[in-house]
Amino acid sequence: MIIKPEPSLKDLSYLIESSGLKPSDLLTMYRRMLTIRYFEETIRKIYHEGKNPFSMASGIIRGEMHLSIGQEAVAVGTLYQVRDEDVVVSTHRPHHHAIAKGVDLNRLAAEILGKVTGLCRGKGGHMHLFDKVKSFACSGIVGASFPQAAGAAFAFKYSGKDNVAIAFAGEGAANHGTFAETLNIASAWELPLILVIEDNKYADSTPKSLVMSTTFHYQRGLAYNVPSYLVDGMDVIDVYSTATKAIERARKGFGPTLIEALTYRYVGHFEGDGEEYRTKEEVEMWSSLDPIRRLENRILRLNYADNEILAKLREEARKQVQDAIDFALRSPYPDPNEALRGVFA
Amino acid sequence: MKIRGIAQSIAEAIKQEMERNDRIVVVGEDVTYWGAVFGFTMGLFEKFGRKRVFDTPITEQTFMGMAVGAATAGLHPVVSLMFVDFLGAGFDQMYNHMAKNYYMSGGQFPMPVTIITAIGGGYGDSSQHSQVLYGLFAHLPGFKVVVPSTPYDAKGLVTKALRDPNPVVVFGHKLLTGLPFLPFEGTEEEVPDEPYEVEFGKAVLRREGNDLTIISAGLMVHRSLRAAEMLQRDGISTEIIDLRTLIPLDEETIVKSAKKTGRVLIVDEDYMSYGMTGEVAFRIQAKALKDLKVPIARLAVPDVPIPFSEPLENTVIPNVERIYNEARKLYQES
Ligand SMILES: Cc1ncc(C[n+]2csc(CCOP(=O)(O)OP(=O)(O)O)c2C)c(N)n1
Repeated sequence: MIIKPEPSLKDLSYLIESSGLKPSDLLTMYRRMLTIRYFEETIRKIYHEGKNPFSMASGIIRGEMHLSIGQEAVAVGTLYQVRDEDVVVSTHRPHHHAIAKGVDLNRLAAEILGKVTGLCRGKGGHMHLFDKVKSFACSGIVGASFPQAAGAAFAFKYSGKDNVAIAFAGEGAANHGTFAETLNIASAWELPLILVIEDNKYADSTPKSLVMSTTFHYQRGLAYNVPSYLVDGMDVIDVYSTATKAIERARKGFGPTLIEALTYRYVGHFEGDGEEYRTKEEVEMWSSLDPIRRLENRILRLNYADNEILAKLREEARKQVQDAIDFALRSPYPDPNEALRGVFA
Repeated sequence: MKIRGIAQSIAEAIKQEMERNDRIVVVGEDVTYWGAVFGFTMGLFEKFGRKRVFDTPITEQTFMGMAVGAATAGLHPVVSLMFVDFLGAGFDQMYNHMAKNYYMSGGQFPMPVTIITAIGGGYGDSSQHSQVLYGLFAHLPGFKVVVPSTPYDAKGLVTKALRDPNPVVVFGHKLLTGLPFLPFEGTEEEVPDEPYEVEFGKAVLRREGNDLTIISAGLMVHRSLRAAEMLQRDGISTEIIDLRTLIPLDEETIVKSAKKTGRVLIVDEDYMSYGMTGEVAFRIQAKALKDLKVPIARLAVPDVPIPFSEPLENTVIPNVERIYNEARKLYQES
């Protein structure tokens, strides 16, 4: 609906089939997106507990909190069929990528709460999630994901493996020099790299219209001879079908692809954001494109499942999230002396 | 005017100098609606609009380089580096150019640039958003390094910076900003309405004492003052020195105090090794060794990144209790 017309029922089933998806895949995608949504909503609720009046330093979760509510389809569509050994490098807004990559939800929640059972034993926190099992990393430094993913892609190529590396970043990050530099080297060296730009229109409070010379970043990718696609980031099927082709291409050794997904974050840049830089109308307009509701409607219209089945999936997702949060809340904090250990391997 | 915290007084200084000097422009990420996140540019967008206050793309290397070029061509850029932790993304332009061009050009190109950056942890922002790092800038020849701890000093030091033809980096501690979304450990005080300068290279005695000297900067000044009150209850009279600027460094004041009390504790929120604590200790021993009753002691972040989890973060950032304990230990050693 954003960049392509909403397909008729007939065309929709054709699109789904031709991208290799089965009805059960759509249900799995729906389920994953729900997990992300519920997880983020629950983290949001807990984050604000004990923060009245609002202070980043108080409550159960301290520091900044960047949530991905609204952007679930980009993560799930891109990562639906990657392998555990395929590397994902994410950003300061990493939860949806981590969950879509299959990172253990309990340990993810525990890390965000600073517990010893967390992915990084409580040392990293929400912006610094690392999971060796799922080959997942992220950084709070904007623009850092591009070269790191390119490095992983380089290592795969060097070792003759058919794995791929995926860098996620915002449209703001793609103004950074690392984006241009990475496009150049990845293209010149034909690295198995996918760059996924999540264009949610704002970098912090700064609208892209004030700081970008092009309307879209895919235009820049083309200048580096990198096949570059604009996809509807509120449509998991559209994201998936382009991502699959890009990943396939990279695995076969044909080099990098840039995917730019048009999307929107329904919440502030971080919790506590007054959002004075955008209008309510804009938020409402994008809310009407909610990627989860959209997929749900399609599943129903295509008769892939009925309301009862969908309700069951919602129930499952809620329970999984609640279990993870309970695990995190129950877990102990690390021993304070842990702070002084682990600088060197 | 009464001002709570350093953010408003820094913004006030910039506003008044912008009124006086139309060569001053403000650039950086989110310097308009968000006042550079930590409030250092608040109100400037409302007053001067996008004609003099520019939100940049996320391009530290480029906007730092542009500041060098703009200063060479006669402007005085005020550049926001949102968190000091992001210096890496633009450091080459800062230390290889901004800090050196005047010297390398044989004095042809002064570099009037004022960088304002937020430092410090203590609110759970983890390893990439909690550092202090002024030691890096102080290590490199060519930067003046300013660390205000009170609203009065912040306004005067920034005004001074905006009249200085050299690159000056102002390090504003987040817990001293006075912004509602962060804890506040600073002061509210009367700040003159009219512009005034606070000189660089002049430390200030925040408290007089005879038994022990604590030297620090920024947030640690306030924590040291609270520790000094606890020490007072134990009958230990503590002198507190606020360095205010690391470059230039006021050797005279610190050496004088060291000679007077004979016991020195240096407290820093930057990393320990090769940092401010070592430098200040060296300067003191070089001129006051014979007056020292005990070896100089220091407390700083113990050479580990700032961890996320609260008990871990509390272990590495100096707090009132640890300052008190260190000071007591130092006193009892002699
Ligand atoms: C090098 C660097 N500069 C600035 C920041 C501060 N910062 C954090 S997120 C952000 C905006 C990022 O926008 P975008 O890349 O579009 O991602 P989004 O937040 O929209 O997901 C900025 C400026 C940072 N973390 N790192």
